[in-house]
Amino acid sequence: MSDAQLLLEVDDLRVSFATEEGVVKAVDGVTFDLRQGEILAVVGESGCGKSVTAMTLMGLTRSPNAEFEGTATYKGTELIGAPENELRRVRGAEIAMIFQDSMTSLNPVHRIGDQIVEQIQEHEALPDQQARERTIELLDRVGIPRARERVDSYPFEFSGGMRQRVMIALALSCSPSVLIADEPTTALDVTIQAQILERIRDLRDETGAAVILVTHDLGVVADVADRIAVMYSGRIVEQGDLDQIFYDPQHPYTWGLLGSITRVDRPRPERLPAIAGQPPSLAHRPTGCHFRPRCPHEFAECAEVPPLEERSGNGHLDRCWLPVEDKRAKREVAPGEIGLDAKDVPEPAGGVA
Amino acid sequence: MGRFVVRRVLQMVGVMFAVSVLTFLIFNVIPNGDPAVRMAGRQPTETQIEQIRKEWGFDKGVLTQYVTTMEKVFTGDLQSYFTQLDVGEEIVKGLPRTLSLALGAALLWMAVAIAFGLYSAMRAGRFSDRFLTILALVGISMPVFWIGALMNYYLGFKAGLFPNGGYVPLTEDPIDWAYHLILPWTALAILFIGFYSRVLRSNVLDTINEDYVRTARAKGLGERQIMVRHVLRNSMIPIVTLWGLDFGAVMGGGAILTETVFDLQGVGQYAADSVGQLDVPPVLATTMFAAFFIVLLNAVVDILYAYLDPRIRLQ
Repeated sequence: MSDAQLLLEVDDLRVSFATEEGVVKAVDGVTFDLRQGEILAVVGESGCGKSVTAMTLMGLTRSPNAEFEGTATYKGTELIGAPENELRRVRGAEIAMIFQDSMTSLNPVHRIGDQIVEQIQEHEALPDQQARERTIELLDRVGIPRARERVDSYPFEFSGGMRQRVMIALALSCSPSVLIADEPTTALDVTIQAQILERIRDLRDETGAAVILVTHDLGVVADVADRIAVMYSGRIVEQGDLDQIFYDPQHPYTWGLLGSITRVDRPRPERLPAIAGQPPSLAHRPTGCHFRPRCPHEFAECAEVPPLEERSGNGHLDRCWLPVEDKRAKREVAPGEIGLDAKDVPEPAGGVA
Repeated sequence: MGRFVVRRVLQMVGVMFAVSVLTFLIFNVIPNGDPAVRMAGRQPTETQIEQIRKEWGFDKGVLTQYVTTMEKVFTGDLQSYFTQLDVGEEIVKGLPRTLSLALGAALLWMAVAIAFGLYSAMRAGRFSDRFLTILALVGISMPVFWIGALMNYYLGFKAGLFPNGGYVPLTEDPIDWAYHLILPWTALAILFIGFYSRVLRSNVLDTINEDYVRTARAKGLGERQIMVRHVLRNSMIPIVTLWGLDFGAVMGGGAILTETVFDLQGVGQYAADSVGQLDVPPVLATTMFAAFFIVLLNAVVDILYAYLDPRIRLQ
């Protein structure tokens, strides 16, 4: 895996927005890289900055109120400060995005075929007929039945799952090297979810594109991801491959996430397991480790920001000061079960963000 | 489509029937409205009035009078009570004038409002946006008889830049036609420009935050294409509705003041003059003419709407 071509390097990316409540640091130092053909899952709860990170790579968070620091390099081209017309050549052609809400992400007044053709012709000088043929092929490939007829349909004539397939076809239309899928299955029901994820994985296999899969659902991740980055409150708190995260999680927040998965192969719990407390407000974060107020294992060193470092070997990175042996001892709450120790955690001052 | 047309034609017949009955009845109960007395001239004798009554059928029942008047409307024999001129001919004479005024003004206000509204939205909150906002409010607040008269006086009479009212047929001299209509078009369009550009600005600002506009940006499209194909196209839907209805309303009487100020002698001015004389036949005919345009433009708007928004085509 590591000798595959390096496509994207994100280094200490920071994004902040000026709001009425003050400066909100949505992304607070995110570093990762992405290699050809891999599926990197970015996991975290709502508001942790995962979508902002993804959209910032495409330059979609740009606004007069936004400020950016750090770098994101795609095949040697800097994306963060790039002028809009340079970024346009990357968008859709090199890096393409699938959005969360398939119901609203397609323009309701244009035929779906035209919306895909529009992107193809933006990036390639292709005559109408050829662009249309390619569109039909794409629709067929993502599993739209009778693609030749459906190419002239409008979005409202499709179900949510079908529209998400159209979005995938759109994203793939110029054979991008990187596909960013921002919660692609959140708005869909469970059976369709599995189909869409399978589609994304198959397409990765066929095209060799790298995928960044943004999600809050660890269950989704387990099926498809090669590597996982766990985000909490604007930072990546743990990063490793699938087995490392699922079988040897290092950060107490990851334990909590894994412990919150309800499992059908275990006895039904009295209450759904959850991490105590609330995520911190983005405008008023705790100093040091952001997870500190909710963490049962907090100790003196947590007042310092723990760097994202390899602490347990094999490229497995995390941001927790606890010694590795302590972590392994503390995370087991019951034999074979991973979770955060229950502890009464006071609500953080200032309430919910 | 066939059913749509049939339904609309039936609707039009219904509306025009109702309008004609109401107009006819209103002029029958208006005080001092007895046409025979008014037609007889100064100090008429009772016999003269009686004779006119008999000649014109004013002595018959209201229903009979209505039926005979409507017969004349459809056979084209309708005559003014006072000038004795053929009403149909007068309307046909006025129609190209009113149509020239309304169509030109409607195109002008739509084009300018799109430009202003779009520009304003793209610069929302900045100086140029605020300036256009104030300008729009000023435009909305200026009544057409006032701004029209000012324009006519200062630009037409004083500066001599434009003709002092009047109309030249398009077929006779297209340049002179436009030259005579520039001031009326502008005067009539100002109000609508103010109003439409405000509506479009807020529509554009709503649309700009839609997910599909973000998708368009993520596709790598240029700003112009995003604005025109994705933002403007969707923001225009409510505007087009308004435009059709307002165009119908202007044709059907909204241009009365403009026509009068610039002495265009169109259908509106004819209607206004006829109302002043309580002249029932022209009032009846011009009211039906107005109703016709309003219902017609309503239907056109529905068709346009379906074209612009495919989601309503199925219903």
